[in-house]
Parts: sequence; C-alpha cells; structure tokens
Amino acid sequence: MQTSPDIEFKGTGFTLTVIKLGSNSLDALQNILMDKIAKAPHFFNCAPVVVDVSQADDELDFAQLKEVIEGQDFVPVGVTACRNQQQKDSARSAGLAVMTAGALQSESRPANPPTPAPQSANSATKVVHGHVRSGQQVYADSGDLVIVGSVSNGAEVIADGDIHIYGALRGRAIAGAKGIKQAKIFCQDLQAELVSIAGTYLLNEQMVESLARASVIHIEQDKLVISPLA
Amino acid sequence: MSKVVVVTSGKGGVGKTTSSAAIGTGLALSGFKTVIIDFDIGLRNLDLIMGCERRVVYDFVNVIKGESNLNQSLIKDKRVDNLYVLPASQTRDKDALTKEGVQTVLDNLREMEFDFIICDSPAGIETGAIMALYFADEAIITTNPEVSSVRDSDRILGMLSSKSLRAEQGLEPVREHLLLTRYDPSRVNRGDMLSVEDVEEILAIPLLGVIPESQAVLKASNSGEPVILDDESDAGKAYRDAVDRLLGKEVDFRFLTEEKKGLLSRLFGA
Repeated sequence: MQTSPDIEFKGTGFTLTVIKLGSNSLDALQNILMDKIAKAPHFFNCAPVVVDVSQADDELDFAQLKEVIEGQDFVPVGVTACRNQQQKDSARSAGLAVMTAGALQSESRPANPPTPAPQSANSATKVVHGHVRSGQQVYADSGDLVIVGSVSNGAEVIADGDIHIYGALRGRAIAGAKGIKQAKIFCQDLQAELVSIAGTYLLNEQMVESLARASVIHIEQDKLVISPLA
Repeated sequence: MSKVVVVTSGKGGVGKTTSSAAIGTGLALSGFKTVIIDFDIGLRNLDLIMGCERRVVYDFVNVIKGESNLNQSLIKDKRVDNLYVLPASQTRDKDALTKEGVQTVLDNLREMEFDFIICDSPAGIETGAIMALYFADEAIITTNPEVSSVRDSDRILGMLSSKSLRAEQGLEPVREHLLLTRYDPSRVNRGDMLSVEDVEEILAIPLLGVIPESQAVLKASNSGEPVILDDESDAGKAYRDAVDRLLGKEVDFRFLTEEKKGLLSRLFGA
C-alpha cells in the first residue's frame, strides 16, 4: 500500500464534442470539419472529439479516420456506440479509446435525431426572486426558469426549458414552450390553474388528486404525468 | 422627510376611502402633519367621508393645471389638527392626471413639511390607480376576505413591483402592508369567508391590520366622521391599532375570534 502524494487517481466528467458519422465517407467528414474550422477557427482549436460510429459500416478504416480528424487540428479521443466487437478491436488497434456514453444520453439520443444542440436550452437560466403576481408574465427565452417564490393565480410563467418553483404554483406554468418534450416542471406546492409541457396540458380539475403536494411534472408517452417530489 | 403612502386594492368597494380617511386621521391624531389626496377623479368621495364636502372650492386637478395654488385647495380638518384633505375633481376624468403634474404637487407638499401624504387610489388598474401608486414609498393593500378581492390585490402588488417609480429606478421596493377589512370571524368559522391566514398565505405580505365588519363604518361614512374617531366601535379601535403598527409599534391583533355572546345579547341581538 504505497500512495504518492503527487499523483491522484480519480474519475471526473468532461464535456466532449461528439461527431456522429452518417456513413463511411471520410471525405465528407473532412469537408464538414474544414467547414466548422472556417466558421469558428478558435473555438475548435485542438478540441477533443469522440466519434459516434453507430451509423458507420464494419469496414470503416479507423486509422484513416484518426488521420482525417488530426489533419484538421482536432484531437480524437476515442469512439463510441460501436456496434460489434470487430469495430471495437479495429478502433483499439488504431489507438482510439472505446467509450460508452452515459445512460441518459444513450437513451435520449436515438429518440430525437439531429435536434439543435440541447445545451443551448440550459445556457441562460432565468432566476426570479420574489412572487410572480396575478397578471404578470415571466418568460425564460431558450433556457430554464427558476422562481424563488410563489406563482399567484392569474400569473403565467413560461420557459423554453424546465421550470422550477420554490413556492406554491397557483397560476399557469408552461415549460418546453418551443416544443422540447424533455422539459419538466418542479414546484413545492401544486395548485396550478394549468400546466403545460411542449403543448400538452392539464387543467386544475384534471389534477385534483395531485394538488397541494410538492410535485414534478413530465411527459410520458405523450401524456403529462405528475409525481410527488422526493 | 415626507412619506407617500398609497391606499389601494384593485377591486372597488373594499374600503379604500374609508381606510384612507381613518388612517390619515389616526396619523394626524398621533401628531403627524398629514394630507389625504383623493385620486378618484370624477368619482369624488373622500370629502364626503371626511365631512368637508361643503367646503370644496378648488381641487387636485385645479392645482395640477395651475388654476389654483395648493394653499387654496387644501381643506383643513375642523376636528383634528395637522390634518388636510385635497379633494378630487368631480367634473373631470382620470386623464387629467399626469406624472409630471402629480410629482409637482407631491414636491410642493413635501416643501410644506407634511409627514404623511396619503394617496386614496381609485379602483381598477388604469391611469388613476397607476398615478396614485406611482410615487409611493409605502402601500396599504386593502383587501376583503373574499377570493376576487384577494386576486385583485395580488394584481396590484404586481403593479407596485413593476410600474412604480421605485421599481422603474431600481430603488428599494415599495413597503407593502396588508389591511384586511370587513372581517367577520363568525363567517370565517362557518367557512363562508377566507381567514386571515388564508389571505396572508396567498398575498405573502406583512399584516398591518384586521378591521372587523361593523355597523359603525356605514354610520361613520354617512355622517362624514372618519370611523377612527368613534372610540366605542371595534372598527375604530382596529384602525387605531393599524395606525400604531404603521408607525412601527408592536400591537397585538384584536377582533380575530368570534365573540362569545351571552344569553341576553343573543336574545336581543345586541
């Protein structure tokens, strides 16, 4: 049992760009990478990338893939979503790590083909301190909305992302206003007039059994589901 | 330093003018130089409640338009020292009020060293009500224990935090007080009426006073005597408590529970 104080070994998560191959064509990949670099030369400078090979054929040449990516000043870290052992082996022999995406991502990715980067939905969280009074409307444009207070009857809170209410929700809450079905609504005390996610809604009289509880609301098979928080 | 206090509610008929008259009179009784301004242009009522309707020569709109000066328009109360009324105009409408005009009048009142300037707001959320609350330092939200009144009060609270001068300039927000009027503990017990706790939970602002439903209020209005001058009545006492709280004193709340009626008073309905 020897431990060196200078060297630590621990797991940490990093944000990596994933390049999803549509086919085996490495020329197409090269063109796209050149195009990206031309648009934002500094942003991608030596950016580490992971290649999603789920759509590529078995004959994919991993060594050449690595070369193409490195040729455009990206750093290929590894490949993900290999379909079989053969792909994994060829990737390893080309010096690429074989990676598995987090459980949540691998679930949601196939469900929504090329959506605009989901990160943008979380980029601008709007926080409101205090109560949202009757007649007031708060909108979190392309982000989440946090209300540190209650939302009164006749008030309306809207977000393109999630809505969190640290108080009672008595008015209307509309999450996923631009159609993001993964959006959720959280509140400490559900007494809402109406809740809506990506256009699917419930009226107060449809949630009688869930009222006056801390709740989270999300979409399951195109229906709104209310479950108790904690 | 003058303090501008708006008495407002959103909904009509909840007791704004009665409360403005009572609280203004109470502040003057406590020794503070006070003026009550009627912002309900076109529906002049404050002068009736204050019993000075026969002494109105010039009004608020005359002052704004420069047709009279403040000294000519202010009506000095005959019963209480340090108390003045600036009546509304009955022949104009709310558009006669402008922010610049109201500001000039308030500035002049400040120069006259008034301690309290009480603005009696009209009902609604239009120009008149906005003008009354725009320059406020403090707000008394008059509410009946009833759902529509509570919701309208909530709306006005929203306007205070977005449309007032303090909100626009990012100053310290308007201090809000809840004044619950026409409270009837027996009806609360029967479940016909919202309780103090219900209203406090929804509006979430500090409670300034609870005025019990009382025969004395109607009598006072009709005789032009602010109800706070009626020392015998529960409503008068409750308004005195509210004034003390407004001045920063700690006073226990009264008249929140149903009075146990004796057999005789039950028989004769005292």
